[in-house]
Amino acid sequence: MARYAMAIDTKRCVGCSDCVAACQTENNVPVGFCRDWIVEEMHGQYPTLDLEIRSERCNHCADSPCVRSCPTGASHYEEGGFVLVTAEECIGCKACIVSCPYDARYVHPEGYVDKCTFCIHRVKEGQDPACVSVCPTHAFIFGDLEDTNSEISKVLRSRKNKTLIPEAGTKPHIFYLI
Amino acid sequence: MHEITITSGRMNHGIDPVLHAWGWEIPVYLFLGGLAAGLLFFSAYFYLKGKDKTFITAVKTAPMFVPLLLAIGLGALFLDLSHKLYFWRLYTTIRLESPMSWGAWTLLLIFPLSIFWSATFLKDVFPRWECKIPMLGRFIEWLKEQRTWMAYGLIILSAVLGMYTGILLSAFNARPFWNTSILGPLFLISGFSTGAAFILLMSKDAEERRMFSRIDMVLIAIELFLIVHLFMGFLASTEVHIEAAHLFLGGPYTAVFWTLVAGLGLIVPLLAELMELRGLHVPVQIPALLVLLGGLILRFIVVDAGQSSRWLYKFMQ
Repeated sequence: MARYAMAIDTKRCVGCSDCVAACQTENNVPVGFCRDWIVEEMHGQYPTLDLEIRSERCNHCADSPCVRSCPTGASHYEEGGFVLVTAEECIGCKACIVSCPYDARYVHPEGYVDKCTFCIHRVKEGQDPACVSVCPTHAFIFGDLEDTNSEISKVLRSRKNKTLIPEAGTKPHIFYLI
Repeated sequence: MHEITITSGRMNHGIDPVLHAWGWEIPVYLFLGGLAAGLLFFSAYFYLKGKDKTFITAVKTAPMFVPLLLAIGLGALFLDLSHKLYFWRLYTTIRLESPMSWGAWTLLLIFPLSIFWSATFLKDVFPRWECKIPMLGRFIEWLKEQRTWMAYGLIILSAVLGMYTGILLSAFNARPFWNTSILGPLFLISGFSTGAAFILLMSKDAEERRMFSRIDMVLIAIELFLIVHLFMGFLASTEVHIEAAHLFLGGPYTAVFWTLVAGLGLIVPLLAELMELRGLHVPVQIPALLVLLGGLILRFIVVDAGQSSRWLYKFMQ
């Protein structure tokens, strides 16, 4: 069974926000909301400054607190490791929103909870998620971790990488190449 | 220097700049749920102890308010839902991993049970009340015979309800200030304490007042002990938990928590009840009202502070 994940090269990302705009267009994200965002983290002191730019989104965790806290089962795992919300089962209690250490979810103006889907509709057709395919610096690699020959498996073996707050214990699946 | 900025501009409503997914509805419900749990527990417990003739307010009168309190609480919960028409989905599944799921099922049991329980005392509280519908009258007579097992059920369910109001929050590891197992017992004890205060406020019987004054003092003392433990636990834990504790130890919640909750809500009523026991006359309404207000403010502060404590973007100003 596939286990999809995303690797994002922080050495390539220039923080142009194309991924953010692509997601909003592809997924009809309501105005004023976003499913992905750019974070710039600066360390050090002038002139030895170190800047890390990250495109962040739902981590499609393998041990997702949002799935655990959902009282109706609307938040669930889809085959392939996608963490999704079924709008018709969501009551809008917001337990998943407060349970997410990445603050990746929000209430859609129509009332249900919404977030990044890893563009499952595109992945099912063999395409990359919108953010991945639009990136002008090719900073993203999307693929199947179960396939040891996939590009993502290879890059995670060869490049030093990290996940965000692994200590929160959710087994996140967005990897940052550092 | 360590600086974090979201440069693409994220301003998701209710999430940014600081999480505010839950407003007034949740603390109001947590307060009313805890209060209802306390009232039901005392009523059932003293009924089983055979005190229904001496502690009339606690056993018979106070439970009359419970269905109303729970209905208001559930109304608040319903208002909080953003996808309201789908609320029935709560009852198409049981998800044991989700405290909110078993909370919903507990309420489905305890709400009708509290109505049945108070119905059996209607005649005692309102002696001139006559049941106009013979079937209903026979049903209430039948319910009266079931009081003992109803009382046992209520004791278990009220403890679950009281604990659940805290566990609901403590199950969220994403919010460091909530993520402590102390919150379950703290809200349980605080709920029972507000229950005792509610009974104190209504009771006209000197013996009953003395009893509930004593119960309330013990509960307040336990609550203070649990609050000290809460902060000891945080300060001995990880960085995010230490930061969560500092929200109250010098941070933005310091003044409001230590004056309104710890001071006016716990220590002042404790001293007032102590003075009363020593023979000094303090109107009982004062400590009782303070305990109730303190309980309500505690829940507002905890719900708010939890949402202000986080793992990521802590350096963002």
